[in-house]
Amino acid sequence: MNSRSSALPYIQVSPLALVLILFFTIPVALVLVVSFFRYQMLVGIVPDFTFKNYADILTNQTNWLLYWSTLKFAIIVLAITGFIGFWISYFLVFHIRNLVVAIALFLVCTVPFWTSNIIRMISWRPVLGREGLVNQALVGSGLTDQPVEWLLYSDFAVVVAYVHLFTLFMIVPIFNSMARIDKSLLEAALDAGASRWGVIWNVVLPLSKTGIALGTLFVVTLVMGDFSVVTVMSGGLSGSAASAIFNDLQFLNYPRAAANAVILLIVVLLIASAIFRLVDVRKELVR
Amino acid sequence: MPSSLDRRPWTFYVLALLMLLFVLFLYGPMISVLVLSFQGPSASLNFPLRDPSLIWFDELFNPTRVGDVPGAFSRSLPLALVVMVLTVLISVTAGFGFRRRFRGSGALFYMAIASLIIPGLVLSIGILVTAQFLGLSASWYGTALGAHLTWTLPFGLLIMFAILGRLSPSYEEAAFDLGASRWQSIKDVVVPIVFPGMIAVALFGFTLSYDEFPRSWLTVGTKNTLPLEIWTMTTNVTSPALYALGTVTTVISFFVIAVALGSIILIQRRRSK
Repeated sequence: MNSRSSALPYIQVSPLALVLILFFTIPVALVLVVSFFRYQMLVGIVPDFTFKNYADILTNQTNWLLYWSTLKFAIIVLAITGFIGFWISYFLVFHIRNLVVAIALFLVCTVPFWTSNIIRMISWRPVLGREGLVNQALVGSGLTDQPVEWLLYSDFAVVVAYVHLFTLFMIVPIFNSMARIDKSLLEAALDAGASRWGVIWNVVLPLSKTGIALGTLFVVTLVMGDFSVVTVMSGGLSGSAASAIFNDLQFLNYPRAAANAVILLIVVLLIASAIFRLVDVRKELVR
Repeated sequence: MPSSLDRRPWTFYVLALLMLLFVLFLYGPMISVLVLSFQGPSASLNFPLRDPSLIWFDELFNPTRVGDVPGAFSRSLPLALVVMVLTVLISVTAGFGFRRRFRGSGALFYMAIASLIIPGLVLSIGILVTAQFLGLSASWYGTALGAHLTWTLPFGLLIMFAILGRLSPSYEEAAFDLGASRWQSIKDVVVPIVFPGMIAVALFGFTLSYDEFPRSWLTVGTKNTLPLEIWTMTTNVTSPALYALGTVTTVISFFVIAVALGSIILIQRRRSK
């Protein structure tokens, strides 16, 4: 490490800092300011310093239910994507012996990430719909007399879409951490008499924790901040913490939307800092 | 290698099945949309496919029926290209900046992470409020561009961390010691290692912007980008034209991915010669 103090790093990071300050820090600060403003019918936004928006939100039972339902989705989706992400990465890193095949399979898993989320959501309609492929198969094979209604426009469909959209965010970081594990470490553990489960539990899992932490960060924050998946896939039956903001915005009630946004942001940042407390992601990344 | 002759453990087959099911789960729905976009005039949104035709693709370019798809595309494409170029330039230089400790590096890093995980809708409100405060109107080439950058730059930065982690400063020092000029060491040592990563950053920059919905929602102003147009169509359009649009955007995405991955492979191959 070069200890000589120099202006060079500052010049190199200044465009990044400038964009983030202009389009992230200042806007977030202004959301905070507006969240204390007053909303008046027909007049619009009136500068003020009131806690009324927060009081409205925190005393409204519906908002608590929305947060609870979002948290539930986050936990379910985290469990499923974590399971798939860990075992797919494990398979690719430790079971596929040909590096080219492993990279090809990894790319097969990641390519859908670079296509439109909304289209990928819509693509479940002909599969899970009332006359969709799954129901055609179920009724055709005589397993059920009636098409199953809860496949689409239900909480089930929301979870399916989340897993479909976000598992990539788990696979990529876990794969990245696992690929760095020295394979001779595993052999050493086996030679020393560890069982194969013991190796996975005591060697692979701890050494993948940065990847798991990063994946968790992505999946949880994406689910917490989502409103489009929940709206489309539940057919408007379920909501999320962010859909409360969406509703306020449709009535042009910016102050309450801003207060809702501040609360959501605080929740997301608390979750993120808890994850960062468990694993020093930065030290692992910049080493 | 003798180990490849070993009998595979039973877990291999279980995990291979999991992998197969996962790939089916990933691609199955996309393929059904692809097939159904060729639905005939029966306009059924479900299988089976009757009288395959191209009428729904034709419908897309008929703005009175489904909305202004060509117009939305003509905004999304240049926006994604500008975001791509800026993401590469800014995150690559910043990536190099982070290789040295500097005062405030931790704060900037956490600011980038916060920018990555902030719900898109929250950021959207913030940028809209900022624009109103400054008396500016939201536009796809102004506020939406900034909104997209707050999402693509942290991604670019994380990729650069992964790439630069492999570029030990000792390589450059070795080049200096062997008499290379500063420019030569950049050209012959740094660039070849970093270049594939730069293509990855470009791919992320382009596709994340091209597909971004929540950050665009309030920031594009009066003219829609493609994801917003699709969002409107999901509620208004009940014909396979929606699937046709899905097929078109997915084909464009696949084309971009193929170009990016193809050029990475090409560079790697040329280098290994």
